[in-house]
Amino acid sequence: MGLLALFRRSPPSAHVAKERLRIIVQQERNARGGGPDYLPLLRRELLEVIRKYVNVDPAAVQINVEREDGQEVLEFSVALPEKAR
Amino acid sequence: MTEIIVVTSGKGGVGKTTTSASLACGLARRGKKVAVIDFDIGLRNLDLIMGCERRVVYDFVNVIQGECTLRQALIKDKRLDTLYVLAASQTRDKEALSSEGVRRVFDELTADGFDFIVADSPAGIEKGAHLAMYFADRAVVVVNPEVSSVRDSDRILGLLSSKTLRAEQNNGQVKEHLLLTRYSPKRVATGEMMSVGDVKEILGLDVVGVVPESADVLAASNAGIPVILNEDSDVSRAYEDAVARLLGETVPLRFVDEPKRGFFARMFGG
Repeated sequence: MGLLALFRRSPPSAHVAKERLRIIVQQERNARGGGPDYLPLLRRELLEVIRKYVNVDPAAVQINVEREDGQEVLEFSVALPEKAR
Repeated sequence: MTEIIVVTSGKGGVGKTTTSASLACGLARRGKKVAVIDFDIGLRNLDLIMGCERRVVYDFVNVIQGECTLRQALIKDKRLDTLYVLAASQTRDKEALSSEGVRRVFDELTADGFDFIVADSPAGIEKGAHLAMYFADRAVVVVNPEVSSVRDSDRILGLLSSKTLRAEQNNGQVKEHLLLTRYSPKRVATGEMMSVGDVKEILGLDVVGVVPESADVLAASNAGIPVILNEDSDVSRAYEDAVARLLGETVPLRFVDEPKRGFFARMFGG
């Protein structure tokens, strides 16, 4: 067990802090107008369309706007329920 | 031209007042005419850090409400000829400040030939913090390398880009700078503390200074002598570097590496 523990060192806490902050800061920036203001409506309408075909959970639809190198990427993902596949 | 610098953070206790006092002293030591103003109405503290608490007769609120002249309320520093302190009121609350009143004071300081106004913001995002940043040309965002401080400062960045005069008039951005305090290179090296590079990457800001964690800060506030005036301290050198960068000089970062173990430099992405 002692030997295994050597290999299974948990990541340094600073690394965990950075990852948590990266996610929450991005989310909060989007929420306070970092993203276009049509996002909530777009999300709702997309959800309605998808639900015509697949009965997904509202939380299964994620929309995000990310900025990278001056480009804006609208990222959107739907997690399908098990049976639909 | 007068430049208005707000020292802000969102979270309390990260070193705003220590930073305001030291930056103001550093600028004044380079011959600039500087007024440093405590916006923390009701919780006056800058006067203690500057060591002029017994010389406060009139305060910021008195000036705004026309109970005295600005000249009567400005406390001339005993160490530096071109440095003046405007204390916060200890008895009123933050509602006593008005944007019109703050503007009048800033206009008068501008007419008086001040080079810099350093606005020491209260913690939080309420009226005092709002008014401290509203007229700013630049912001020094003071951050500890710790999750709640980083998150709160990002909130402040959001306000700087929307709730300031410059933002409202589309008159360019408030120029934002990151100043890290209580930085421990040793703990960064062991992975217990986020590095300058980490915080810089998350917030997307230019680094204007990295101030090492040090007992000298408490000693300075105990004595009422801004820590930048303690020539023997690394903290003083770090603030001096920050002042140089604010004035447009290019100065390499110091006190970010642990002296003995150079290879940890690799850990600082930026």
